[in-house]
Amino acid sequence: MQEHDMSWVRAEMALAQPAPPTERGAYAWVRKNLIGSVGDTILTVLGIAIVLWVLPQIINWAFINAVWTGPDRTVCTTASQGGIQPDGWTGACWAFVNAKFGQFMFGTYPIEERWRPILVAILFVALLVPMLIPRVPRKGLNAILLFVALPIVAFFLLVGGMFGLPHVETPRWGGLLVTLSLSFVGIAVSLPLGIVLALGRRSKMPIIKWLCVVFIETVRGIPLITVLFFASVMLPLFLPAGVTFDKYLRALIGVSLFAAAYMAEVVRGGLQAIPKGQYEGADSLGLGYWQKMGLIVLPQALKLVIPGIVNTFIGMLKDTSLVLIISMFDLLGVVKQNFADPNWATPQTPKSGLIFAAFVFWLLCFGMSRYSMYTERRLDTGYKR
Amino acid sequence: MASQEILREGSSRGSFINDPRIRGLFFQTLVVILLFGSIWWIVHNVIENLQRLHIASGFGFLKSRAGFDISDTPIAYTSDSTYFRALVVGLLNTIIVAVAGIVLATIVGFTIGIGRLSNNWLIRKICTVYVEIFRNIPPLLVIFFWYSGVLAVLPPPRESIHLPLGSFLNQRGFYLPRAVWGDGSWLIGVALLLAIAMTWFVAHRARQRQRATGQQFPVFWTSVALIVGLPVLAFLLAGMPLTFDFPKQSTFNLTGGFWIKPEFLSLLLALSFYTAAFIAEIVRAGIRGVSKGQSEAAAALGLRSGPILRLVVIPQAMRIVIPPLTSQYLNLTKNSSLAIAIGYPDLTATAGTVLNQTGQAVEGVFIMMIAYLVLSLVTSFVMNIVNARMALVER
Repeated sequence: MQEHDMSWVRAEMALAQPAPPTERGAYAWVRKNLIGSVGDTILTVLGIAIVLWVLPQIINWAFINAVWTGPDRTVCTTASQGGIQPDGWTGACWAFVNAKFGQFMFGTYPIEERWRPILVAILFVALLVPMLIPRVPRKGLNAILLFVALPIVAFFLLVGGMFGLPHVETPRWGGLLVTLSLSFVGIAVSLPLGIVLALGRRSKMPIIKWLCVVFIETVRGIPLITVLFFASVMLPLFLPAGVTFDKYLRALIGVSLFAAAYMAEVVRGGLQAIPKGQYEGADSLGLGYWQKMGLIVLPQALKLVIPGIVNTFIGMLKDTSLVLIISMFDLLGVVKQNFADPNWATPQTPKSGLIFAAFVFWLLCFGMSRYSMYTERRLDTGYKR
Repeated sequence: MASQEILREGSSRGSFINDPRIRGLFFQTLVVILLFGSIWWIVHNVIENLQRLHIASGFGFLKSRAGFDISDTPIAYTSDSTYFRALVVGLLNTIIVAVAGIVLATIVGFTIGIGRLSNNWLIRKICTVYVEIFRNIPPLLVIFFWYSGVLAVLPPPRESIHLPLGSFLNQRGFYLPRAVWGDGSWLIGVALLLAIAMTWFVAHRARQRQRATGQQFPVFWTSVALIVGLPVLAFLLAGMPLTFDFPKQSTFNLTGGFWIKPEFLSLLLALSFYTAAFIAEIVRAGIRGVSKGQSEAAAALGLRSGPILRLVVIPQAMRIVIPPLTSQYLNLTKNSSLAIAIGYPDLTATAGTVLNQTGQAVEGVFIMMIAYLVLSLVTSFVMNIVNARMALVER
C-alpha cells in the first residue's frame, strides 16, 4: 500500500458553526430587508416618513378624536359650526353611523317587520357556513337548500303579502339588504347563464355561436350604467302596455345579464384549457353532449377558473352599488342619501359614512378573495406547477 | 344475417334522430324562429308604446335645440346648440377623463406593482396595503369619497390653501397658473416635432448599426437631449414668448388661471387610483412570470442589474402584461360613466339628459351603446398594435 505522508488528518466531523452575526437574527433581517443598499435606505426612510405621517392622523381621526354616540349633529361639529367640539377638531362621526345603522342595513323596511330580513340573514349564514367548510358532509343537499330553497323562502319572507305577512314593496328595501340580495341572486343566475353562453360560444352550430358572440361582446363593450339604463328605460317599452315590472327586478335583470357576459368569458377560458383528449375520451365512451360537458369537461374547467369566477362575483358585488344611478338605494346609496339629513349634516359625516360603507364592502370582497385562494389551493390537482 | 340487417336498419333509423347535423339544423331553426318571434313582438310593443305615449322616433331630434347647459365644454357650446353638439361635448369629456385617467393609472400602477416586488420589506407592505384596499371597494365609493369626503370639505375660496408655483386649492376646485403663449411660440411646436422625428431617425440608425457592428449608441440620452434641448433652444430664439396667468384671489372667488373643477378632479383621482390597484397586480404577475433563469443567464453573460431589467426582464414581462392591461384600460373607460353620479358631464350624463328631455329612450340608449363600443374597439385596436410589436417574433 501506498504510504501517505500526512502530518495531520482530521478524524472527527467539524461541528457546524453558527452563522456569522451579520447573517442572523433581527440585524440581518433589517440589513437585508430595509437597508440593503443606499437606494433601499432612502426608500426605507421615505416609507417610515409616510407611515409616521399617515398612521397617527388616521388613528387620531378614526379612534381617538372620534365621536361614537350622540343624538344629533351637535356632537360632531365644532363650536363655530354650532356644536360642542372645540374649534379645529376633526374626527370621525361614528355617531352618525350608529344612529343610522338600521337604515344602512335595511333601508326604509318597516321597523316592526325587520325581523324578516334578519331571519333571512340567519338562514343564509346557517346554510352558507357549512357550504364553505369542506369537511361538512351533504354538500348536494346543502347546495339545493342554499341556491333553490333559500331564494324561494327569502322571496316570501321579504316580499310578504302571503301567510299573514304584510306586503313590503321593493322601493322600501334598501341598504345592505339590497346589496346582498341583488348580488346573491345575480350570482345564482349569472353562473349558469354564463356557462350556457360559454358553451354556446364554443358550439359547432354557427347561428347559436354567433348569437352568443354578439351578446357577450356587446355587453362587455358597454358600461354597466348603460345596461342599467337599458333595463330601466327600455325594458318597459318592450312589454305590452299595462305590463310593468318592478324596478328592483329590472335592476336584477340588468346586473345578471351584465355579469353573465363576463362569466361566460371566464368559463370559456376554462373550457379552452381542457386538453382535447378529454373531449375525445368522452366521445369515445359514447357520452352525449350534455353528459360529456356535465360529467367530464365542466367539472375540470370550472375547477380551473375558480379564481376568475370569484373575481367576477367580487366585481358584481362592487357593481351593485351602481343601482344608485337608477335611484335604487343599496348600502352606498342609503349612506349617500343620509348626507342630506339636516340633523346630521356636518363636514365629517360624508367621510365617516363612506368609510363605514367601504369597510363593509371591503370585508365582503376581501373575504371572498381569501376564500377563493384557499379553495384554489385545496382543489389544486396538479395542473399548475 | 337477419340480426345484422335488423341492426343496420335500427341504427340507420336511430341515426335520423341522433344525427348531429339534423339535430343542429333543428335547434338552430328553433332558435332563429324564437329570436325573430321575440324581436317582432318587442318591435311591435315598442311601436305601440311609443304611439300611446306620443313619443317621436328617429334621429331627427339631434338637430333641434338642446336647451340645457353643460359645465365643462372642451368645444364651444351654449344651450342654443343642437343635441348632437351636446352629445359630442359629452363624448369629448369622456375621452379627456379616460385618457388622463389611463396615463395617471399606468404611472401609479407600475410604481405600486414594482414596489410590491421590492427587496424593501416596508415598501412591499405599503404597496400591498394599497392594493388590497383599493381592489376591494367599489369605484363609485372612491369617487364619492374624493368628492364629498375630501374635496367638498376643503376651505371656501377666501381661505384657499396656497400651494407652490402659485396654485390654489379650495372647495371649488384646483387652480393652476395658465401658460399664455405669445408670438413666435409656433417655433417651439415645430422644434418639438422636429426633435421627435430626429429621435425616431437616431433610434432607427442606432438599431441598424448595432445589428451590423454590435456597437451600441446611447439612444436614450440622445433623445432626451433632443426632445428637451431643441424646444428650449427654440424658446430662447423666439425671445421667450411665455407668460403665466396666475390665479388671483378676489373677495368671493379666484379669477384667472387654469381651473380644474372638483367633479373632474375627483373622477380622475378615483378612477386612476382604483384602476392602479389592478394594474399593479398585472405588472407584478408579469414580472414574476419571467422565469428566474432568464435574469440569471443575463447575469452570467455579464450584464449589470440595470440592463438585465431593461433588456431581458421588461421586454418579456410586457408580453404577459399587455393583454390584461388593455382590458383594464377598457374598464377605466367604461367606469368613467360613473361621472353621472357626481355631475361631471360625460357621455352617459349628457345622453341621459337628452334622453330625459326628448323621451326618446331607444335612440338615446342606442347612441350610448354605439359610442362606448366604438371607444372600446379603438382602444383594443391601438393596444393590439402595441401587443403585436411586443409579441415574440418567431422565426
